[in-house]
Amino acid sequence: MEMSDVAQLSLIGVSQGCGYALVALGFVFIYRATEIVNFAHGELMMLGAFTVLTFAELLGLGFWLGAALGILSLGVFGYLLDAVVMRRVIGESQASVFILTVALGLMLKALAGMIWGYGARSLPSPFQTDVHFGGIVIGLDRIAVILATVLICGLLWLFFSRTRLGLAIQAASQNQLAAYYSRIPVKRLVSLVWAIAAMVAAVAGLMMAPVTQVDTEMSLFGIKAFAGAVVGGFGSIPGALMGCLIIGVAEPFLDYAFPPLKGVYAYILMLAVLFVRPEGLIPQTYQKKV
Amino acid sequence: MRVLFKTSYDQDIDLLVLPGERMRVGALIALAILAPLLLSSYYLSELAIFFSFALAGIGLMVLTGFSGQVSFGHAAFVGIGAYVHAVLVARGVPFPLALAAAGLLAGGVGAALGRAVSAMHGFYLAIATLAFSIVMETVIGAMEPVTGGHMGMPVPGIALFGVALEEAWQQHYLYLAVLLFFVWGVANLMRAPTGRAMIAVRDSETSARSLGIDVRSAKMTAFFVSALIAGVAGGLLAHQLQYLSPETFGVGMSLKLMLMIVVGGLGSISGAIFGAVFVSFLPNAIDALRALMPDGLVSQAGLESFIFGAFIAAFIIFEPDGLHGRWRKLRLFLETYPYYKRATFIRQKRYLKTGRFR
Repeated sequence: MEMSDVAQLSLIGVSQGCGYALVALGFVFIYRATEIVNFAHGELMMLGAFTVLTFAELLGLGFWLGAALGILSLGVFGYLLDAVVMRRVIGESQASVFILTVALGLMLKALAGMIWGYGARSLPSPFQTDVHFGGIVIGLDRIAVILATVLICGLLWLFFSRTRLGLAIQAASQNQLAAYYSRIPVKRLVSLVWAIAAMVAAVAGLMMAPVTQVDTEMSLFGIKAFAGAVVGGFGSIPGALMGCLIIGVAEPFLDYAFPPLKGVYAYILMLAVLFVRPEGLIPQTYQKKV
Repeated sequence: MRVLFKTSYDQDIDLLVLPGERMRVGALIALAILAPLLLSSYYLSELAIFFSFALAGIGLMVLTGFSGQVSFGHAAFVGIGAYVHAVLVARGVPFPLALAAAGLLAGGVGAALGRAVSAMHGFYLAIATLAFSIVMETVIGAMEPVTGGHMGMPVPGIALFGVALEEAWQQHYLYLAVLLFFVWGVANLMRAPTGRAMIAVRDSETSARSLGIDVRSAKMTAFFVSALIAGVAGGLLAHQLQYLSPETFGVGMSLKLMLMIVVGGLGSISGAIFGAVFVSFLPNAIDALRALMPDGLVSQAGLESFIFGAFIAAFIIFEPDGLHGRWRKLRLFLETYPYYKRATFIRQKRYLKTGRFR
């Protein structure tokens, strides 16, 4: 392996890791707000890609308008998903709630297959040229993923730390009861968190669409993002981002080193980290003291 | 509440305590024994697949239903059992030995995983088992010299003590015997200190620890027993599938097992059996429903998995105790009519369980 190959693989890895990070952001938000682990987040991302595809290509609205409409409709979908389904199971045992989200994922995937079919489709985006610098060739779409991730992280950070609404969401996710007593509309805020998470997932679907193609198997991306978030520590956003980057960068190198197990290194890495540190690299939850 | 009037100490160690329970279970077993007289050999082999799934479901029930450890990767243990059994039988190892080895090896892998994940809780465990199952599927595919890789491997027939069991009714009795043995074993285990420790760990890890239960070893035992039963189920299933490929034991099968125990009712052996009945006959019910649906919907490929998902979701939202819970409510309703109170079965909800400092 030459130096430029290493640089190229790492750059691709970073952009892949950013894609994972975009998905991971969504379920870490949901987890922090409600302690619900949304196993269906990969499916939300897939749904986002399909919606954008529908608006942009099938209805012929063009990429940017299609993207905006697709992201908005996913936001509405996420809000309704919480308001209609997830709100009913708050307080049930954690195990039942995982099983519910897995079942929802199964349903969404089957539904997408029924509506859009199982064949892979491509979503033409305005970033489909290659960039050359210093012996490295990389698609502009890969760089766009990195930029989008940085931008979205910045915007979300501003939203959560600088606006009244963001602070209210933070309060509700720290202690629902206390927040409720201070006249914070906890139910609506939780649904709003779901809407934001679904919108971020839609952006992830849209940005990764040129790289992975749009089909129902895209939802597997969600499980890898999950692995990334677990490596970093599920309860913290910087941890999840770091974990996703580690997974993204390590994957292409490991695939290159031992090809028979190609595609599952993300999970192997996660299992290895969990065996050493069961709470992830940056733990956030502590055992209850009696 | 029902008051059980006990007249001898022997009643304390009975497995079936409620009046009528003995009769119902006896009737079910009698029906299973008489099945070869009533059914054709095609339905008998379907029944054998049902027995294997019910056994795997009981395995998962020990782990998820009784010990509270969610596993989304139980198909991996079924797969390990199936492959070990098939490889050993093909090498000429007698059937009972091969089945025991399949169970023990799967149990060993399960105990190792259980030891590694015993410090995890909640969804870390679910995701770790899911990842384990995905990795296992790939590893089985990559071990081509032994397992035939993705091309698959054929499974030889059953021969018990030199007698080839080729007829469907012979296999039926063998499968029934294995299933009943494990049902009896698990019922006994759950009454013993080991099983009670598992239930205590499920209900509250903190309280279990403060009562002097070794939480770690309780979890490990649960993983061992559960994976052992799943491995034996895999060995039995291998003979009915006749051809093994890694994809059979993927996430889809894990979800099917999960559906079984959720629909049946977490935390009861009869739940696993009810659930297996439900899951085994759901495809037939979906086929029957197809006649009623518009043409455009019938030909859709994803219909079955959509309905699977819808059933899991509906059960979790509307009846978290599953068919077993529904049955208990119905029975109490009939027994205490007109004094039945809906509130008897309402469980307290708990919000935001973990302590967070940021």
